[in-house]
Amino acid sequence: MSDPEDPAATPGDRHLQVRDLNAWFGTFQAIAEVSLSLHSHQITALIGPSGCGKSTFLRTLNRIHEATPGARVSGTITYAGQDLYAAGVSATAVRRRIGMVFQRPNPFPTLSIRDNTLAGLRLTGHRLSKTAREEITQRCLLGAGLWEEVKDRLDKPAVSLSGGQQQRLCIARAIAVDPEVLLMDEPCSALDPISTLRIEELMVSLKANYTVVVVTHNMQQAARVSDRTAFFTIAAAGQPGRLIEVGDTSTMFTTPSDPRTEAYITGRFG
Amino acid sequence: MTTTTPAAPPTTRPARTPLREGPGDRLFTWAVTGAGISVLALIVAISVFLLSQAWPALAQAGAGFITEQEWFPDAQPPRFGIAALVVGTLISSAVALLLAVPVGVAASLCVVELLPRRLGRAIGQMVDLLASVPSVVYGLWGFSVLVPALVPLQRWLDAAVGSFVPLLHSPSGIYGRSLLAAGVVLAIMVLPTIAALCRESFLQVPRAHREAALALGATRWEMIRTAVLPSTRPGVIAASMLGLGRALGETIAVAMVLSASFDLTWHWVEPGGVTIAANIAAKFGEAGMLGRHALVASGLVLFTLTLAVNAVARLVVRRSVVAGR
Amino acid sequence: MPARRRTRDLLARASLLAALILALVPLVAVLAYVLRRGLPGLSPDFLTHSMKGVGALDTNGGAYHAILGTLEQVGIAMVLAVPLGLAVAIYLTEIGPTSPAHRRLAAWIRFFVDVMTGLPSIVAGLFIFAFWVLALHQGFSGLAAGLALAVLMLPVVVRTCEEMLVLVPRDLREAAWATGAPRWRTVIWVVLPAAGSGITTGLMLAVARVAGETAPLLLTAFGYDAIRTSPVAGPQAGLPMFVYDQSGSAFAPAIERAWAGALTLIGLVVGLTVLARLLARRFRPLGD
Repeated sequence: MSDPEDPAATPGDRHLQVRDLNAWFGTFQAIAEVSLSLHSHQITALIGPSGCGKSTFLRTLNRIHEATPGARVSGTITYAGQDLYAAGVSATAVRRRIGMVFQRPNPFPTLSIRDNTLAGLRLTGHRLSKTAREEITQRCLLGAGLWEEVKDRLDKPAVSLSGGQQQRLCIARAIAVDPEVLLMDEPCSALDPISTLRIEELMVSLKANYTVVVVTHNMQQAARVSDRTAFFTIAAAGQPGRLIEVGDTSTMFTTPSDPRTEAYITGRFG
Repeated sequence: MTTTTPAAPPTTRPARTPLREGPGDRLFTWAVTGAGISVLALIVAISVFLLSQAWPALAQAGAGFITEQEWFPDAQPPRFGIAALVVGTLISSAVALLLAVPVGVAASLCVVELLPRRLGRAIGQMVDLLASVPSVVYGLWGFSVLVPALVPLQRWLDAAVGSFVPLLHSPSGIYGRSLLAAGVVLAIMVLPTIAALCRESFLQVPRAHREAALALGATRWEMIRTAVLPSTRPGVIAASMLGLGRALGETIAVAMVLSASFDLTWHWVEPGGVTIAANIAAKFGEAGMLGRHALVASGLVLFTLTLAVNAVARLVVRRSVVAGR
Repeated sequence: MPARRRTRDLLARASLLAALILALVPLVAVLAYVLRRGLPGLSPDFLTHSMKGVGALDTNGGAYHAILGTLEQVGIAMVLAVPLGLAVAIYLTEIGPTSPAHRRLAAWIRFFVDVMTGLPSIVAGLFIFAFWVLALHQGFSGLAAGLALAVLMLPVVVRTCEEMLVLVPRDLREAAWATGAPRWRTVIWVVLPAAGSGITTGLMLAVARVAGETAPLLLTAFGYDAIRTSPVAGPQAGLPMFVYDQSGSAFAPAIERAWAGALTLIGLVVGLTVLARLLARRFRPLGD
């Protein structure tokens, strides 16, 4: 199923255009023929039952899917006028423009809070003056909503933070590299409700500067936070996941077009 | 509720890089792949150089290299062969395994199955400590303490069974620096190797198997016999083979326990006997040109032997990379 | 439960325990005896003088030249084996899984590394003798001994590093890749530091193993009575060799030196091993 073109959107709004994307793990096909546009400065939520390929799809967007041995992709993803999967395009460079936050917070355990924030920049070879380092650290920790809590202990190890704080640190680390798109793979599923709420607020504030794509298990979260929602599912066990329907969030949750979407949203399955 | 300030327009932005390939990763991959290949090259190099420096001696001795029981490579005419060396090596290693395998397996079983976990881990490490004692120290202790201590035992063995088991008989009536003594020292030295790998194997038996046997009313020993030992047989075999490989190649301790004479003896309790490795250590300092080539040739035999033993051990059991030591 | 089964169980358990005690007796016996025989000869003089001009009957010799030699030779071995071994381990864990061709090559490398851990130390010595001393006409030296020890250390370093690198969770690598880091930077700045403490203790164990080896030294460093500070100038002494040489003498002063040397060597090697094990327990590697 393809994305019903939103007549109100202009071409410049479509930040990432996915066409006929398939992804495999070895011989097992995880997703089939997904076509979708992700709009700039909006939050798009990817929802669907477990195992339907939403995370796999997300990971094809920043070309980290192929880092798994035996994994491959076919199809095109157009970003800034270029196909990300064209020959000669380096996956590493793609990932600098399209950042990712993972399900379980994973700050680098041997680094301090400050060094974790700057880790992405150091790992991509940027040389920064001391003032630049301080400025970026503050800006990104502010952007991640963590600054007030850690500004007096930037040199403490990152692992001394709570789960929710660590996840916000990971967000800070991701935005320090200055991506244009931010992918979030169930960022709250390992966190308590209070931290979840904070991160949801953060997501809404992030869309001012980034295009955000979120995979979530939590439909209420998708309804609260996102502007557009895409629903994935699988026909039967062992089948590849497919995109069923995508559209404006409020429409999707009140009057979805496809009966399968409605069945999932009303809780009849998944 | 924290205030989440929307990010202010950034003042320092890292430069945008075009979406191209970078050279760093390709170089990195080449470099470490080269390192990996160099390991294979090393094995080839060892074989090649040993063969090349052994060749003058092999060419000289011909088939006699295998059958000749003397070692006079620098005499005129040269007479040398590995018969005595191979026999001595095999006997001392056999004695070592006969002692070390049962004790090693039993000790590991005790550590894994009978002791509480933390104590077991500590005791296991103490057994491992045996492996860190240098072989020259074992040699020193071996001929100072162990050899004299074993004389009564060897005498008793000869008296008890020596008349119908010639292996345990000493025609000269003297006991001391014998292949049996060397075997005992070797046993102590290879015990930690065998015990460590056995321990690893026993630890990998799933708890569910043990609990199933115990739940059926088995005693501890019955559980060990039925749930642990059968499935760990490959591991124990591999452990024994690794121990064998160690025993075959051990040089200094054996050289110090055995006397300096060179003779082929089938009598385990009579002083005498040589092993390939000990012979190299003993003769190297005084060897002439052909003598050195001959020693390298014997080393080539040892290399091939231990390579084969270790390769078979490795094929029997694929070690788990995540060892959780 | 019938009495037969119970007695069989008790007998079996007793035998296993007896075997364990039997396994530990030599450890205690050797360490205690070396301590007893070695302590009298272990004087400051012993540690600071060489054997230059000292005969077997003289009482004034020492092991300084041998200790120095061993430190240099083991140092050379480390400089050679550690970077190379680490690189091989990185290949096996980071590049190996990325393609079928690499997987096959990695399997072969792993197999031969395992086989090489069983290489007899005398064969390593023979190899360097054949290759460096004879074929390349370099003669005996501390450097040659360092080469032989490096050959012995290499497989152990590879296995230790590989074990520690595999324990680093995949999560961390992906987090680094997701920021756009190339693989080589990820390995150097994220994976290695995470595995760092485990690798350090593993390397200490490898050094301890190699420092006690005598056989390779006989064929490569060949031994020397005086202090030779340069590892390339000619034959050099090593502590294990010192013990071996002195023990071959029939005279009491030499024997006493041998025991003192043995005590020094055990102190060095076993001390390093125990220290590494204690450190390993303190800084448990990731993933435990």
